[in-house]
Amino acid sequence: MTYIAKPKVQWSGQRHNELGLTIRDYEGGLSTLCAGCGHDSVTAALVQAFWELAIRPEQVIKLSGIGCSSKTPAYFLSGSHGFNSVHGRMPSVATGALAANRDLIAVGISGDGDSLSIGFGQFAHAVRRNLNVLYLIENNGVYGLTKGQFSASADPGSKAKKGEENRQQSIDPIATAITLGGSFAARSFSGDKNQLVPLLKAGLTHPGCAVIDIISPCVTFNDHDGSTKSYAYTRAHMEAATFTDLVPPAKTIETDYAEGDATSITLHDGSRLKLKKLDPEYDPGNRAVALKFLEDHRVRGQIVTGLLYLDSDMPDFHAVSGTSKKPLTSMSHDELNPGADALAKLQESMR
Amino acid sequence: MTSVQKINDFVIKIATVNGTGSASANSLLMKALFRMGIPVTGKNLFPSNIQGLPTWYEIRANHDGYNARTGRVDMMVAMNAQTYLKDLAEVSPGGYLIYDSTWPRDKQLKRDDIHIIGIPLAKMANEHFGAARVRILMKNIAYVGALCALMDIDRDVVRTLLEETFAAKPKLIDSNLEAINLGHDHAREHFECPLPIRAEAMDGTRDKILIEGNAAAALGCLYAGATVGAWYPITPSTSLMDAFEAYCRKFRVDPDSGEKRYCIVQAEDELAAAGMVLGASWAGARAFTPTSGPGISLMSEFIGFAYYTEIPAVFFDIQRVGPSTGMPTRTQQCDIMSAAYASHGDTRHPLLLPADPAECFELAAEAFDLADQLQTPVFVLSDLDIGMNDWMVSKLEWEDTRQPERGKIFDAEDLANMENYYRFLDIDGDGVAARTLPGSHPRGAYFVRGSGHNQYGGYTEDGEEYQQVLDRLMVKWETARNKVPAPELTAAEQRADCGIIAFGSSHGAVTEALDRLNENGIHADYLRLRAFPFSDAVQEFLDRHDRVFVVEQNRDAQMRSLLLLETRARRDQLIPVLHYNGMPIPSDIVFESIRDHLRQEAVA
Repeated sequence: MTYIAKPKVQWSGQRHNELGLTIRDYEGGLSTLCAGCGHDSVTAALVQAFWELAIRPEQVIKLSGIGCSSKTPAYFLSGSHGFNSVHGRMPSVATGALAANRDLIAVGISGDGDSLSIGFGQFAHAVRRNLNVLYLIENNGVYGLTKGQFSASADPGSKAKKGEENRQQSIDPIATAITLGGSFAARSFSGDKNQLVPLLKAGLTHPGCAVIDIISPCVTFNDHDGSTKSYAYTRAHMEAATFTDLVPPAKTIETDYAEGDATSITLHDGSRLKLKKLDPEYDPGNRAVALKFLEDHRVRGQIVTGLLYLDSDMPDFHAVSGTSKKPLTSMSHDELNPGADALAKLQESMR
Repeated sequence: MTSVQKINDFVIKIATVNGTGSASANSLLMKALFRMGIPVTGKNLFPSNIQGLPTWYEIRANHDGYNARTGRVDMMVAMNAQTYLKDLAEVSPGGYLIYDSTWPRDKQLKRDDIHIIGIPLAKMANEHFGAARVRILMKNIAYVGALCALMDIDRDVVRTLLEETFAAKPKLIDSNLEAINLGHDHAREHFECPLPIRAEAMDGTRDKILIEGNAAAALGCLYAGATVGAWYPITPSTSLMDAFEAYCRKFRVDPDSGEKRYCIVQAEDELAAAGMVLGASWAGARAFTPTSGPGISLMSEFIGFAYYTEIPAVFFDIQRVGPSTGMPTRTQQCDIMSAAYASHGDTRHPLLLPADPAECFELAAEAFDLADQLQTPVFVLSDLDIGMNDWMVSKLEWEDTRQPERGKIFDAEDLANMENYYRFLDIDGDGVAARTLPGSHPRGAYFVRGSGHNQYGGYTEDGEEYQQVLDRLMVKWETARNKVPAPELTAAEQRADCGIIAFGSSHGAVTEALDRLNENGIHADYLRLRAFPFSDAVQEFLDRHDRVFVVEQNRDAQMRSLLLLETRARRDQLIPVLHYNGMPIPSDIVFESIRDHLRQEAVA
């Protein structure tokens, strides 16, 4: 058995969020991933983000596909419904769940194998539908559960643990999401909680498909010299383009950014996204600029991080579909069934 | 050459080229017979193509209400020179063939035992109508006019139908009527009308409608309260979702805000469509997908997942000939085995087997109740013949007092009042545990995962715990056995010589064959299966008959195999009667196969 309930320890002096919940209330089962796995840091960042946003756990659904990354929904928010689906198919399950109940807050957790190979199609279509989901790709360039095969995000020239070199081109989920018409595309690193937590909060608040590619090193199969997804390589080659902070609707903005390089974007729920450009050349509202910036850095072997593209006005899945604001799961039978008389009348045209 | 008088008992077959508007002419003809009170069925035999290939429409009118195909064609309307030879050969002796004599084909159309009627349809249409497209359409309407004269079809009924169809475009009424009269008057002038094969007003269609199975199934989804439909276009299931959308637009759009009380997602493929249905059902909506055999293959991983994780889902499989291209517009009952055991691992699924559009409506609604009550995927196995052809059935009815049976669900209030909730714990002993819906209460939270959960919903890789869940699912299967629709028995009037088992679209052919067998001194009890798992009534029927003919539309006798696997039937007890050329099964095949088998047996 690898399922271990995590004891809830409460002590005086714990901080409570607006709902009166402590950070412990946002935790899940004990992780069974390898010690030092990047994914556990992402889980911790998620716990922090949900707690800080004071979201009720029961409002959240956690969905995943198959792989090490897809195990992680068991490790946070034990008060939320979770759905560990089949390989590469998390986006379709999320689409159905949100079609049924648009009030749910969905977080989909996937990996590079799950989203860029077997599930590439579903990833693409969730992005182009602008499904209201926080879509995380815990990206380590390698298949962990099947012990070390290259994934589609492995860079050409990157070496496997036993020395074999990857010769195929890599898929960049962020460049892909931008070209697919994605409304929110960001990259981060599991080892940079200061950057990651605000990005997760921004993604959760964003009214559409928020894709965050998180470089999350695999300590067992892909953390050696020659790997371009190792802790050391990522730290040495990270290039933050922006820094993001999310200001909830009720709070006033404390300006700690230098004038001129920070933009404030008001989201539909009234919260504001503070975006600080670390590179003066950068424009996260412009697809062409974002793609060129990504490409220029890729050529130099650099990993660009931060919120790289944002269009918070793009209509989401339900806006495009014209679905009622009231969730379909809340509809009464009378609202759905036209009744016997209508059926009789309809059939007059069938004679 | 003799022609037998046949009133309200004939088959008209119309051979045309697809994309020429012949569908509206054929539908007009069929509706006219229906409005005259004559029971009719229409079968559209069409190519996998949009324009330019041969297509046929077969209308059977029968005063006794028989609706299956027969091996007979009494009136052939041969509008497609490409298929003249084939069409000519198909006419039954003493029958009639109408062709467009604008281009005389006397040598090509030579048969001494049938009547050939040449009518210059194209010439008349060209002389009276301007635009090229209109000429083609009116040429087709003109053969309906000719048939009105030749077969005594009421022109006033045709006029009323045209007035109703084109109420918004009065000009079209006039031009269509003109074409009707052209054909009519020409036939009147040049031939003795009416022919011995003809229509006569009767009272056989009161309280009946003409409807396709897919439209009826869509209405079933609407009335069952389905809100999420996810699909990938595939013939012959596409018209089910098209109809659902059309009915939703009519009945489920808020008149003030324009908001939709439904959500239809055209998925990227069938895998995604299945995932969406599972996601939506898990979240508490009633969700479905219409598909066909290839779609079921692609959805199989999710279907097994839904079985083991106990997520309700409704799959409409409008069966067609497989695999891939070539014959997708032809019908078969060929997904019995693949649907019954779809997916990897130990899986089995309830199947509902509608025999006509009326049952598509009824069983579609039933499928949602069963899926919710049993928390498992339920298949409605229709086929192209039922789904896409016009059938005459009794008016569909709905009881306003009927409420959806949502099965066991703990809501927020239930959860607030309990100490612990365990997702898969069978408290009632019927194999079904209560589920909870996301968004309700943190105590109801559970984690859906594949094979690795125990009865409490926790993760496990323990063999005994896994087996415990698997065994409990068999308890649920027994619950299903008593919940699914019972088979329908038609007992022979006297001691039966044999039994017949059939299902779905073979029903019409079997009903007619039963009467013909009876006329030939062969008496059979007939059990029409309506669902899988097989109820006790099926076993009892098998126990009572030494010989049971199993009629089905596939090569491998799939239903016979399923009966051998799932009942105590013996191999030599079940005699297959098979039809699988892609055309709906004709009644004479059933009659002749059973008669010949019994004769041979008597000789031996």
